[in-house]
Amino acid sequence: MKILVGIKRVVDYNVRVRVRSDGSGVETDGVKMSINPFDEIALEEALRIKEAGNAEEVIVASIGSNACEQQLRTGLAMGADRAIRVDHDGPLQPLSVAKAFLGLVEREEPGLVILGKQAIDDDNNQTGQMLAALWGRPQATFASKIVLDGGSATVTREVDAGLETITVDLPAVVTTDLRLNEPRFVKLPDIMKAKRKPLDVVPLADLGGEAGHDLAYGNFAPPPKRERGIMVEDTAALVAELKNRGLL
Amino acid sequence: MSKILIIAEHDGDTLNPGTAKAVSCAQAIGGDIDILVLGEDITEVATQAAAIDGVTTVHATSAAHLAAPLAANWAAEIAAAADGYSHVLAPSSTFGKDVLPRAAALLGVNMVSDIAAVDGERSFKRPVYAGNAIAEVSVPDGDTVVATARTASWPAAKEGGSATVNERPAASEDAGHTRYVGLESGGGDRPDLQTARIVLSGGRAFGSAENFEQLYTVADKLKAGVGASRAAVDAGYVPNDMQVGQTGKIIAPELYMAFGISGAIQHITGIKDAGTIVAVNKDADAPIFEIADIGLVADLFTVLPELEQQLG
Ligand SMILES: Cc1cc2nc3c(=O)[nH]c(=O)nc-3n(C[C@H](O)[C@H](O)[C@H](O)COP(=O)(O)OP(=O)(O)OC[C@H]3O[C@@H](n4cnc5c(N)ncnc54)[C@H](O)[C@@H]3O)c2cc1C
Ligand SMILES: Nc1ncnc2c1ncn2[C@@H]1O[C@H](COP(=O)(O)O)[C@@H](O)[C@H]1O
Repeated sequence: MKILVGIKRVVDYNVRVRVRSDGSGVETDGVKMSINPFDEIALEEALRIKEAGNAEEVIVASIGSNACEQQLRTGLAMGADRAIRVDHDGPLQPLSVAKAFLGLVEREEPGLVILGKQAIDDDNNQTGQMLAALWGRPQATFASKIVLDGGSATVTREVDAGLETITVDLPAVVTTDLRLNEPRFVKLPDIMKAKRKPLDVVPLADLGGEAGHDLAYGNFAPPPKRERGIMVEDTAALVAELKNRGLL
Repeated sequence: MSKILIIAEHDGDTLNPGTAKAVSCAQAIGGDIDILVLGEDITEVATQAAAIDGVTTVHATSAAHLAAPLAANWAAEIAAAADGYSHVLAPSSTFGKDVLPRAAALLGVNMVSDIAAVDGERSFKRPVYAGNAIAEVSVPDGDTVVATARTASWPAAKEGGSATVNERPAASEDAGHTRYVGLESGGGDRPDLQTARIVLSGGRAFGSAENFEQLYTVADKLKAGVGASRAAVDAGYVPNDMQVGQTGKIIAPELYMAFGISGAIQHITGIKDAGTIVAVNKDADAPIFEIADIGLVADLFTVLPELEQQLG
């Protein structure tokens, strides 16, 4: 079986994101970019499944401009066998990304597609679910454990009420939560080796093209700020202050 | 005029408060509001939904393949039920986030996640970049508006309604490829994090599951819900459903008290809408103090027993 993994290039999670003064978006010039953390987890899981002998090939795919090749190379250095960049400039909304992944799925026929549960830039949390719908296949979102068993996967999902378990027939789409695994570090020799691994570029139009139905994004504003409040000396002063404010 | 369909979230017996929050969001949009209750033997849940103020009709569809909220089955039913509606809404809980994008794709439209404010029938505000920016977004004319309502942004709509309950047969069949195995809930019988008036949270500083008991003791005195940072969950001190933050629960209690939590942006995102934030941390430079309304630089293992005593 092949496993297809989504890799989105996003602003690194450690960066203090600032809204541009003209409200056109957030500042990305000169900002550190990384693999979306959930996608690193997705790739790690795919690699572990392959290492356990349950998959033959791990393919990483990113939809975006050639800047994304940096993150795809990191994915190859982590251990993916090959990479595909679906060429597109500018932002793409989840329905379009899902359609592009559907095109990749039809070409590659993976047994499992693993995406992140959400991209930490747009925080949409939609793409995996949309791909599963368009493909007519099962989805197991927010996975914290995946157990493969022949033609199916039993997935533990992190839901508000606790841990839910479902079994899905393969092929299926799984989206990752943070506790699925801890991604490995990339070693220097692997970075060298990754340079020789295949990275194909496919125009978005070859995969069914853009979907339309885009939402129109307008102004971006910084969130209302919470100010630094007061400091109290000890527990007694804290309790007094809370009582004073009618909170206890 | 808008015709809004809200997808009820429930556990088979009880309607989740997120549903009434989505109703508030729908009221801000304006128009006719109906609720869709899917499941098996859901008469009781439909009755609860009908009691929410401002709801016209509750459509109740009971079928064996809808018993558990499996997205593969529910999305197909929702897409069929969406016919004739201008808007389809659900709470932005793990339930809404799982089911609704699948329904949106079946309807062929993009979806708005986490509506935090309504600017017009098709125009909204939503947080992006872990709440570091608030974006205006609108849905193109002609497309069904499919959206989740950010639960921390909307109060629960009041009770006192008397909507008509309309039972109708399922329009979908079992997808056959997805099976529900079970749910293991982590939390005990403490107040629900997402609706509790007071929430106490603990971080990595606790060091063990046993030490968390000290937080539970104080929480129980205050009838408070208990949350945690990701670090505390990852370390296994508490179950995952207690995680507060960007990738956990986004909550808005009247009073939030953080013990031994540094205040990473991903954590702060989850508590920005709280009424009053209290931070107890032994490091005076901890970032959480930058946003705390009341700060106390102290060792939590000293403060918690004192709190227990002083709260009588
Ligand atoms: C994609 C992504 C998503 C994330 N989502 C979330 C999320 O949803 N929620 C979340 O919380 N985190 C999330 N994180 C993790 C986040 O970045 C932080 O790592 C985490 O919040 C830190 O938890 P902490 O404050 O408990 O631990 P630390 O950062 O280790 O802080 C511990 C604090 O305890 C204090 N302390 C130590 N001992 C004592 C004592 N005896 N008394 C008082 N104070 C003491 C220390 O001074 C310190 O400030 C996410 C990270 C990523 C990359
Ligand atoms: N442009 C992209 N390229 C590759 N994968 C993507 C892209 N956009 C989204 N994804 C995948 O979809 C997941 C969820 O994204 P989202 O629905 O935008 O929150 C991400 O974690 C990625 O795995």
